Amino acid sequence: MRPLRAAPLLTLLVLLGPVAAGLIGTVVPALGVLPALGGTRPSLEPLAALVAWPGLPGAVGLSVTTGLAATMTSLAVVILFVAGWQGTRAMAALERALSPLLSVPHAAAAFGLAFLIAPSGWIARALSPWATGWDRPPDLLVVQDPCGLAMVAGLVAKEVPFLLLMTLAALPQAQPAQRLTIARSLGYGRVTGWLKAVFPAVYAQIRLPVYAVLAYSMSVVDVAIILGPNTPPPLAVQVVRWMADPDLTLRFLAAAAAVVQLSLVVGALGLWRLGEIAVGRLGQAWAEGGARWHGDGALRGVGLGVAALSTLAVTGGLAGLAMWSVAGFWGFPDALPDGVSLASWARHGPGLVAPARDTVLVAAAATGLALVLVLACLEAEHRFGLSPGARSLWLLYLPLIVPQVAFLPGLQTFALMAGADMGRGAVILGHLVFVLPYVFLSLAAPWRAWDVRHATVAAALGAGPGRVFWAVRLPMLLGPVLTAAAVGGAVSVGQYLPTLLIGGGRVQTLTTEAVALASGGDRRAIGVTALAQTGVVVLGFALALAVPRIARANRRGLRAG
Amino acid sequence: MRLTFPLAIAAVSLAAPVLADPDPADWPAVLQEARGQTVYWNAWGGATATNDFIRWAGQEAANRYGVQVEHVKLSDTADAVSRVLAEKTAGRDEGGAIDLIWINGANFAAMKAAGLLFGPWAEDLPNWAFVDVEGKPAVTADFTVPTEGLEAPWAMAQVVFYHDTARLPDPPRTMPALLDWAAANPGRFTYPQPPDFLGTTFLKQALYGMVQDPSVLQQPAETVDYAAVTAPLWEFLDDLTPHLWRQGRAYPQTGPRQLQLMADGEIDLAISFSPGEASTAIANGQLPDTVRTYVLDGGTIGNASFVAIPYNASAKAGAMVLANFLLSPEAQARAQDPAVLGYGTVLAMEKLSPEDRARFEALDLGIATLSPEALGPVLPEPHPSWMTRIEADWLTRFGVAE
Amino acid sequence: MEGLHLEALTIARGGVPLLALDAAVAPGEVLSVMGPSGVGKSTLLAAIMGTLASGFSMTGRVWLDGRDITDLAPEARRVGILYQEELLFPHLSVGGNLAFGLPRLPGGRAARRARVAAALAEIGLEGFAGRDPATLSGGQKARVALMRMLLAEPRALLLDEPFSRLDAQLRAQVREMVFARAKARALPVLLVTHDMADAEAAGGRVVDLG
Repeated sequence: MRPLRAAPLLTLLVLLGPVAAGLIGTVVPALGVLPALGGTRPSLEPLAALVAWPGLPGAVGLSVTTGLAATMTSLAVVILFVAGWQGTRAMAALERALSPLLSVPHAAAAFGLAFLIAPSGWIARALSPWATGWDRPPDLLVVQDPCGLAMVAGLVAKEVPFLLLMTLAALPQAQPAQRLTIARSLGYGRVTGWLKAVFPAVYAQIRLPVYAVLAYSMSVVDVAIILGPNTPPPLAVQVVRWMADPDLTLRFLAAAAAVVQLSLVVGALGLWRLGEIAVGRLGQAWAEGGARWHGDGALRGVGLGVAALSTLAVTGGLAGLAMWSVAGFWGFPDALPDGVSLASWARHGPGLVAPARDTVLVAAAATGLALVLVLACLEAEHRFGLSPGARSLWLLYLPLIVPQVAFLPGLQTFALMAGADMGRGAVILGHLVFVLPYVFLSLAAPWRAWDVRHATVAAALGAGPGRVFWAVRLPMLLGPVLTAAAVGGAVSVGQYLPTLLIGGGRVQTLTTEAVALASGGDRRAIGVTALAQTGVVVLGFALALAVPRIARANRRGLRAG
Repeated sequence: MRLTFPLAIAAVSLAAPVLADPDPADWPAVLQEARGQTVYWNAWGGATATNDFIRWAGQEAANRYGVQVEHVKLSDTADAVSRVLAEKTAGRDEGGAIDLIWINGANFAAMKAAGLLFGPWAEDLPNWAFVDVEGKPAVTADFTVPTEGLEAPWAMAQVVFYHDTARLPDPPRTMPALLDWAAANPGRFTYPQPPDFLGTTFLKQALYGMVQDPSVLQQPAETVDYAAVTAPLWEFLDDLTPHLWRQGRAYPQTGPRQLQLMADGEIDLAISFSPGEASTAIANGQLPDTVRTYVLDGGTIGNASFVAIPYNASAKAGAMVLANFLLSPEAQARAQDPAVLGYGTVLAMEKLSPEDRARFEALDLGIATLSPEALGPVLPEPHPSWMTRIEADWLTRFGVAE
Repeated sequence: MEGLHLEALTIARGGVPLLALDAAVAPGEVLSVMGPSGVGKSTLLAAIMGTLASGFSMTGRVWLDGRDITDLAPEARRVGILYQEELLFPHLSVGGNLAFGLPRLPGGRAARRARVAAALAEIGLEGFAGRDPATLSGGQKARVALMRMLLAEPRALLLDEPFSRLDAQLRAQVREMVFARAKARALPVLLVTHDMADAEAAGGRVVDLG
């Protein structure tokens, strides 16, 4: 009983301890204190040096505009799509297509997109020279454009699946079918009725995921390196660059910029909150105004079109990577390579065995730990009648909202000072910080939605709490538990900065391998590695789906949900 | 887990009997200590050809000396410098994560200045006897900074340009000619974005083409009239940038990225620091076989690649054994093979045995590789302070232009 | 004192009194508790089961066959319960559901299997042991749920509107079966319902909470 009661506290410690330690390790050098580099007295010099950097306005502007644009676009697409297509077959089909896309690592998706839309990319090749007249790629700044449009597109393609699945998870609580039926019987069109009657209840549920998307989009590094502008880059990329500069005194500048990055995210979240309030007011007036707008068809079309486009962008990009991984020489404007061979796989495949093994090992361990902690928390909640408030949900989201560049470098110093041996153990704990929230979010809803009268019946049949947990609740929720595990595994596989910084480079995963190769731009090697990386994640999801089906082939009651 | 009891320390020392740093002068002892060690070699992982070579070297070291090699693939060598610094900050003066770093230039200067390197050891390696110290001054002066045995050279590099003869049969051979050609063919040339190493090298190469007296570049930039010396360079770049690929609003982030751009037909001309890179890329299907290599009139910058051992490395003996193997005629000949890596050797042919010399003579350098004679004169790297200042100024003028 | 005795039971939510009840149910007797929805009928059953949600508090004692069970864990009270839904465990077979309720027997696995088969025969479901509960009809499920509860040998039975979901014909059938078997085993039964017909069919005293 004791350890179970301590589970929520332990979980918070595992989750927030590293974030807090890392933030301290960042803020202190930002104020000029880093004894190893001769900084012993607090000063505002690092901040002054940052302000003097001519790229600061551009970098800050990019972080804010790309972050806000990506978040607003993703949210708008998801809302329009769900409003127009909830409960239809198109929705079910796209939901099935999008779930695996959620697991495609950001870097792989960004590579794929870059190859699709670049002037030398697949789209241009398919249309050249017969439609465009190009026998050489045009000198167009499509990828890495100064406004960050390609980067926004890449983020939207990856965040739409995330927000869509979060929305679908939140939907049942809003009783969408009934509300929509009532709205339509009152004469409202499908989209209008949904926006007025269902959306407010749904948004309240997905607010934190939206915040996470905003914070992530503002401070993403890998996608920004691949698709974002570089003259100057968004602030987070610049932080990593300064962090990595041989001129060690730039560490102070990097720390100061990381603190600015953190304040930017906090400020943008505040701005977003104000926007929520304003939209809420306007929306209420709109809903009470009684206007029944019937231009729904167009909106439905837009919603479906953009959602489908984002699906196509990711799948098409992956197909492009797959093609490159087996390509011989492939010049412009050929739509297909001169020859196809497995040479690239034979060349790069053997080198991927060890990173793949470490990837799986770290993901399995981090996910396993996260599952134990999350199940212990949920079971403690059930047994001791704890009712987690909104605040605990905020704490859960904190590692997803605090930018990674703001606390991971500080955490690295802390890990070393604590004598935690870098290597897999430390990396697993580092991954746990990011895996745990997703496992919790994925598992909490189905776990709590379980009819507790099953527990009462089992108790009436003489089963104690332990037997109820192991023999009734866990087996009944096997599907959601495995899905949560697959989500956790996917999150772990996708981690780049935590693996690199905490592992000291000694722990190499398919993701660190892919990003290292990215700097070389060898599309064949990137194709092989990104596909291997995606393959590991998809395999996890396939197992999560297959195991309950095989084990429960003759239990219809478990498959309904 | 920290072991604090004397008994536990005794147990540990039984498992790892040597606690003091290995002495490179006592090579048999080094070999003995190295056996069974695992060397974490931190090396830039962005080029598949070097990754393959490192894998081969690791396998050989394991077979011959019982030294396991793990290639830690970096996207930037400075990551390794940061790591050693972080370890020093945290007081981890033993058992560090990095045993060997592929390094040169500013990264070496920074680590040397901060006392982050083990040594001297390089000149005690048995294979040092073959190194062309007299003919290749770059092997003991890394960007003019004396190596003092703190790093061992393993490859020579020289700036070359490669061009697709199918589209550009007669490439420009001076910086002014490059500007004229770019103005006539906008969007077909670019260079990696500084602070990428190769991008900064392009700036230094351009500077060589502008200065009256190249010897000023061998002195620290602070001791000469930096503004006057570099003024022609900035003027040149101001003229060139609008004619660059994407009008200079975006740059490739690394050197190998240019391979893809040329294969796609986006650019016609690119800079490289490896005379054999184009041949290797043709062999891999990354470039069409119409690509050729050439050098500028008046010579191009050359330097050496080194390996260094951090002061707190865990497997110093293993790292030295690996460095020594990299200097062996066999490894050097393999590195020079364009089908493998195409890097120039640091060894002096006349110091080798006839059999070893034959290994080099047997190499087919590939269709796009220039012979050592055709590579022309080698210009020494400017003092690191030039690189630092030019890089910073470039970032201010062009790196944040949008 | 034999049977179920609720001694000066009061339940409050957040300090606000919700209901109060003092009642005794003799073995074989059915006490029907009536009231509109929201009056706290299910909360009363949770209090007797020992599964009151946090936020609720109770005073008074619950006695079963002369034993004070107020502070016992739910699984130690030997109080059976049937809900409106059958709540068969979907991951277990029909036989597995029955075996879940069956206490340890001498004779091991074979004896348990025999006991489960006999129980299935008793409710007219011979050979159903391997079936997926999701494939049963409503009436079959209700019989399995009742038998599962009885196999656990409870000393009292709580019924939470167990018939309200069944159609009229099935409802009478199931109701009769439940009451008959409870009477045969001399179980005190507490029925909560909002349907007068159920209370009348039970034939016992009726307490109105409304």
